Amino acid sequence: MSSPVRVLVAKPGLDGHDRGAKLVARALRDAGFEVIYTGIRQRPEAIAAVALQEDVDVVGLSILSGAHVALTKKTADALRAAGADDVVLVVGGTIPAKDVGRLQDAGAAAVYPTGTPLETLVDSIRSL
Amino acid sequence: MDETVQSEAGIPLSTSYGPDDLPPPESIPSPGVFPFTRGNFPDGYRGRLWTIRQYSGFGTPEESNERYRYLLDQGATGLSVAFDLPTQCGYDSDDPDVEEEVGRVGVAIDSLADFEILFDGIPLDAISTSMTINGSAAILLAFYVATGEKQGVDRAKLQGTIQNDILKEYVSRGTWIWPPRPSLRLIADTIEFCADQIPRFNAISVAGAHFRDAGATAAQEMAFTLMDGITYCEEVIGRGRMTIDQFARQVSFYFYTHGNFFEEIAKYRAGRRRWARIVRERFGAKEDRSCMFRFGVVSGGASLHAPQPHNNIVRVAYEAMASVLGGVQSMFTAAWDEPFAIPTEESATLALRTQQILAYETGVARVADPLGGSYYVEALTDAMEEKLVEIMEDLERQGGMVKGIEDGVLQRQISEQAFSIEQAVRSGERTVVGVNKFQTDEERPEVEGYELDEKGRLRQLERLAEVKRTRSAADVSATLRALAKAAAKDDENLMPHLIDCATAYCTVGEMVHVLKDEWGEFSQPVVF
Repeated sequence: MSSPVRVLVAKPGLDGHDRGAKLVARALRDAGFEVIYTGIRQRPEAIAAVALQEDVDVVGLSILSGAHVALTKKTADALRAAGADDVVLVVGGTIPAKDVGRLQDAGAAAVYPTGTPLETLVDSIRSL
Repeated sequence: MDETVQSEAGIPLSTSYGPDDLPPPESIPSPGVFPFTRGNFPDGYRGRLWTIRQYSGFGTPEESNERYRYLLDQGATGLSVAFDLPTQCGYDSDDPDVEEEVGRVGVAIDSLADFEILFDGIPLDAISTSMTINGSAAILLAFYVATGEKQGVDRAKLQGTIQNDILKEYVSRGTWIWPPRPSLRLIADTIEFCADQIPRFNAISVAGAHFRDAGATAAQEMAFTLMDGITYCEEVIGRGRMTIDQFARQVSFYFYTHGNFFEEIAKYRAGRRRWARIVRERFGAKEDRSCMFRFGVVSGGASLHAPQPHNNIVRVAYEAMASVLGGVQSMFTAAWDEPFAIPTEESATLALRTQQILAYETGVARVADPLGGSYYVEALTDAMEEKLVEIMEDLERQGGMVKGIEDGVLQRQISEQAFSIEQAVRSGERTVVGVNKFQTDEERPEVEGYELDEKGRLRQLERLAEVKRTRSAADVSATLRALAKAAAKDDENLMPHLIDCATAYCTVGEMVHVLKDEWGEFSQPVVF
């Protein structure tokens, strides 16, 4: 039997709106994942450090401030710098459709804009 | 008949209401009479319409100033300033930790130089300004007073509101800086200062809006907010320098109006009556005016949805009408594209027009409290007030707001509620048009949105560097030193010192840093 997938739900930057992050964390937990939530206002380096320390498989960023491209890139860089290259990075939040490609270029394996049903998100993370 | 029909906040609803459901007449006296169930003013909106205020601010002070002038030209009667997150959390634009957030969700402000540009050509004695600012509110208020002085405006003529409600930031919005105790002290300083020197300025807008948007019910939103209001008033009264009648008029409130039409109306009527009773019975207010519950709202927020986004125009219009029937003093109507972008000029104008149609075409503002005496609305108002009392007593039993926040109790209650709403939508128990019913396969329209201009950020950095180069270093260090000294004492009001710092062109980050050295930083309990 394989061990449960470990997910770190993280809020990088200064954006404090975490209703979505908490809902996602809870939905993933209910779906059998092991979930850790960082709380708000985390530096990308701090997120990478927790990811490494907790040995997570997936890092899910939640960003509603519009700074998603820069913060995703910074977090991807921080994960790489910490030697956590194998961690899968995904991003959700207030993300215009035109930015999805830019987020993928920045290192996101999947992107979940506002309005993504929770089931879709859970299934997507399971299939990563 | 389905016997389990209830309002969104869990109030059971009858099939219909009749004369037996009305409260005793003394609970619903005429409009303008304590406890103000039917509104603060005998003539409703005839004397003065609610303030139509559109929240905006983005990029640099130059761009925001241009948008403000446009909105004023289009008939807005007050300004509502959105600040970027670095400003709200107390960082300067040149701080490397926050570079990607500069000018993003609001305007970037580093020093008085930015405020001079932001309000250029806007007379501060004629326009009222609402500022959504909390952790760093006292500092931004200092900038505003200093800007008024530069314009030659008498302090006593400044009018507006700072949000300045830190307690809800710890629970749901997150722009805290210092721990609760010193933050409460700074808020009490601003309340005393405004009461004493700028009486037309609301030193605080106690906000339920963010509890609501984080998932709270209408009843929780109002109850938590009244509890916060009590906490702030107790803080000021506890200093022994002012009575409630000397500062009650500096305290205002702020909420989200969501879609459950009658419940929202009842929420405002019940909250207004409850607050009046609290101010009289608990704090011993002698003047009726001190007991008035004055509030602003946002129509929109989490009640808006991304699928079929034009539906949001309709949602906002209903919410705006509920707000007016509830007796609102100022309103911001959200634009339909807000679930995914900063509104364009076109969508922001449409949101403004929504209020203007309500104010000038529908006739709802012609008669004070038009729903007063409605069997249903009065019964729902009573039920809502009972619910508020229940939630508030429960919180008091658990040790009050500050303790509830430090322990994460409120955070947990709100996330629970958010989760149950989400489940109700997923199961179809709660209908959201276009989301879980009447869906279509249409692609989401590609919205234009506002694109942040990198040149603007660079201009902001240049101006900050220029300010640091040209200001008097001696004045900066002297005023910051005086601030630190005053902060170390408990009984000295910091506002005059912050105004001195502002006038010396100290930056937001510099002032915040001095106070962090004295007070430390907040550490959050993480619950979900």
